[in-house]
Amino acid sequence: MTTTLGKPAASAPAPAKRRRRARRDGLGLRLYTWLIIAWLMLPIAIMILFGFNDTHSKQNFQWEGFTLRWYQHLFDKGDLTRALWNSVSIALLSTVITTVLGTFVGIALGRFRFRGKGVTNLVLFAAISCPEIVMGSSLLSMFVSLDLPRGYWTVLIAHVMFSISFVAVTVRARVVGLDPKVEEAAKDLGAGPVETFRLVTLPMIMPGVLSGALLAFALSIDDFVITNFTSGSTVTFPLWVYASTRTGTPPQVNVMGTLIFAVGVLLAVVSARRGRRT
Amino acid sequence: MTADRQAAANRRGASDPALRRGLTTRRGFLGAVGAAAGAAALAGCGIPGRGGNGIVTQADIDEYWHGRSGKGHINWANWPGYMEDDRSTIKAFTKETGISVTYKEAIQEAADWFGKIQAPLAANQSIGFDLMVVTNGIQFTELVELGYLAPLDHHRLPNFARYASAKAKNRAYDRNNIFSIPYVSGITGIAYNSKYVKEPITSIQQLFDPKYKGRVGMMSDSQELGNFGMLALGIDPEKSTEDDWKRAREVLRSQRDKGIVRKYYEQGYIDAVTKGDVWLTMAWSGDVYTLSSPDVKFVVPKEGGTIWSDCMMMPKTAANPVDAIRLMDWLYAPQNNAPLTEYINYVTPVPAVQDIIRKDAAEASAKDKPDLDRLATSPLVFPSPEEYAKLRTYRSLSNAEVPRYQKVFQTISQGA
Amino acid sequence: MRRLRGALAPYLMILPGGLWMAVFFVVPLVFMFSVSLMTGNIIDGFKQTWHWQNYTDGFHTYGDKLVRSLWYGLLATVACIALAYPAAYWIAFKGGRRKSTYLFLLLLPFFVSFVLRTLAWKLVLTDNGPLLGPLRNHGLLPSDFHVLDSGFAVVSGLTYNFLPFMVLPIYVALERIDYRVIEASYDLYASRTQAFLRVVLPLSLPGVFAGVIMTFVPVASDYVNSEVLGGPNNVMIGHIIRTEYFDNSSYALASALSFSLMALLLVGIFAYARALGTEDVLEAAGR
Repeated sequence: MTTTLGKPAASAPAPAKRRRRARRDGLGLRLYTWLIIAWLMLPIAIMILFGFNDTHSKQNFQWEGFTLRWYQHLFDKGDLTRALWNSVSIALLSTVITTVLGTFVGIALGRFRFRGKGVTNLVLFAAISCPEIVMGSSLLSMFVSLDLPRGYWTVLIAHVMFSISFVAVTVRARVVGLDPKVEEAAKDLGAGPVETFRLVTLPMIMPGVLSGALLAFALSIDDFVITNFTSGSTVTFPLWVYASTRTGTPPQVNVMGTLIFAVGVLLAVVSARRGRRT
Repeated sequence: MTADRQAAANRRGASDPALRRGLTTRRGFLGAVGAAAGAAALAGCGIPGRGGNGIVTQADIDEYWHGRSGKGHINWANWPGYMEDDRSTIKAFTKETGISVTYKEAIQEAADWFGKIQAPLAANQSIGFDLMVVTNGIQFTELVELGYLAPLDHHRLPNFARYASAKAKNRAYDRNNIFSIPYVSGITGIAYNSKYVKEPITSIQQLFDPKYKGRVGMMSDSQELGNFGMLALGIDPEKSTEDDWKRAREVLRSQRDKGIVRKYYEQGYIDAVTKGDVWLTMAWSGDVYTLSSPDVKFVVPKEGGTIWSDCMMMPKTAANPVDAIRLMDWLYAPQNNAPLTEYINYVTPVPAVQDIIRKDAAEASAKDKPDLDRLATSPLVFPSPEEYAKLRTYRSLSNAEVPRYQKVFQTISQGA
Repeated sequence: MRRLRGALAPYLMILPGGLWMAVFFVVPLVFMFSVSLMTGNIIDGFKQTWHWQNYTDGFHTYGDKLVRSLWYGLLATVACIALAYPAAYWIAFKGGRRKSTYLFLLLLPFFVSFVLRTLAWKLVLTDNGPLLGPLRNHGLLPSDFHVLDSGFAVVSGLTYNFLPFMVLPIYVALERIDYRVIEASYDLYASRTQAFLRVVLPLSLPGVFAGVIMTFVPVASDYVNSEVLGGPNNVMIGHIIRTEYFDNSSYALASALSFSLMALLLVGIFAYARALGTEDVLEAAGR
């Protein structure tokens, strides 16, 4: 999930004595926080580490020495590669569709008062708080009732469905914070609605749209439960990984996990930097 | 909502009037109900049944194959670990016949797979595969009964007729091999980690021994689990009655409630027994042979194990049945089957492969020789007649029996 | 004319996304509800018979799993609050200039695939793994002692997987508090405890509530953690629903269970949201 961090709290200087005390009993909390961070890191570190494990059996859990073998042979497992490709392409497609649809919904909700707004909000809220398994199983119920075969496209449909509300809400938050006078000024200067949107509104809400898009991508590429219900015989990366526990998860999975992790971190850092600048 | 609650919410500045209106106004509510009612009309039509298609005559077979010709391509769905990593067997097939093959490890669990292909098959649509490998269990029977499988034209299976072992032909689950021929067979027995288990494992009773509390793995598949419960009681699963199932359930339940069973595995038992999380577990022969460390041994208990077959079959909506059946037959030629057997280490339906592997072993380099020798003499890959005598087969369940059977044994692994 | 277009604009903007949500979110729920009242099996087909008994059957057979799921959901949510609140507090008030870095570190697990991180957590908890292995080698543990395949493992996995969902909204709420309000309470002779209990805590509660919604629902309906990390007595309702759909093809019962789960969770949440307002929840969700 991307981080759009707020401004640092405005803190007026406290009297020196109280501040010292505050720092002292901040120590326990500081330790606590670092312990939690360490705990969160432990499994991630293990995942990364075992991508470098020079294992010779099909089970990858005992450290047998360092190797870069799995990075060189990353795409040796045809099915795993195809699963990863499915995941990436579904994530990209669903991000594009979701961002377009969700942005419009977000703008409409943030900007206009109209009949049906309440119901729209209600649906978005329900979609965000609905258990994944319920979304998955209800889609499956529908597909089964209509005799629709499941596969790549049904997964894509499902991914767009569960990400729209997140994008809409992110964009709405941004739109609500905008000053409508800027757009009015553009109109006064003779810009039509399309031009106003393209030249004024869109650039102003861009940070919201971008973080919504990143969120949609992250949700899609990571999804297991809904995909499991709607995938038919299409296999995505998380499904492949889950299934691979039967025969032993190959180190390539760790490598791919590491790479996805690295890309995600990189994107988040870049977008946080840019967000701070604008 | 009471007045001061409302006030409190407003004070927090956190309320969303639009949403609240949507939730509470009568118009919003009625609108939602109206929309739901419209959709309900759409959804109220039910899901049609598809049973009673399991009987096939020679005329049906001829009709199915009439006028079909090869198109030079096959889409094949199989289980993980069932083909060399470099897919060399497929490459050899393509080289020899010019038929290209798209091979996917799309099947991880029989029930799951069935759930996934059921809808398109019911709609008479392609599942994207011409050839698939399914175990002779409940789902296979359902596929047959639902009429989802293409009947095989045995004129196109000369190698099968010539080289298949007697154990691969005409089994109870598919008389006369109308719909399927085995890809490989496997044995369900006991695997144990000799680093932790310091006595020889010979009997199913040892899976019920309290001294292995928290160290025993069982399978969650209701047929596998039920079979072992019955074998522990000395019942032949193939001939079992509903009363036998219930007796077996009680035994399995007490095994669980005494804390002996660590976990019911869908798939992860190899990992667990190799790591030492469980010390002994129900296991499939080939998995133990290829996937675990040398510490892990596999035995067929003296009460007997079960033998099952993963069978090749074609969905009736296959786009390329002629090519697919050619591949099925091609795999029955011993020289084509041998490399596959060397890789997957399950029981091959082509006994003549043993001679080829022996020959390979004799010619092999010092590095590969021990492996091939071990393979050529392994009772898990080439069971002797005495060993076969110890093996039981799954009970064929009728459609009416399936839910009852499932209900009896599923509750065990679900902790009820 | 222009005014008409202005009035239509929001509808035109809502239409594509709204249609998508209607067809693939709302309508499927109606389908599921409809299927949940059918009787039949996959061989003979399912017919609409308004068989409400599917619900009572479901509760009768799997009620204990439903209760367990809610219980594990509660445990993991409480654990998440206990872990997240102090950390978020420290970052928000004592984090100084590196606030966002600390927060980022707490959110890192998000960038690892959910399934992979569960498998990695399993590797940590395994009997001869980095935690228990050394203890076991020194003979400090009885031979049948294990953490993996227990309720504790499941709840710890759930806590691990969903902690970031709790950290974020709490942090956002705390961060928003104007420090001058706290100073004011000191000036009015509040002790530190009083200042926390009567100023900081109430102001941060919306964040906690948002966090509860963001964690409790996915935790209570999860099945991956209980399948990977749990033993025979830790089966959760999600696993049952999956099994009934895929292994047994009993769509009617599965739909009834799924619908009950949703009803239970959503009714709770909507009651909650109505009482507390939802803006914060939605906003926190979007971040």
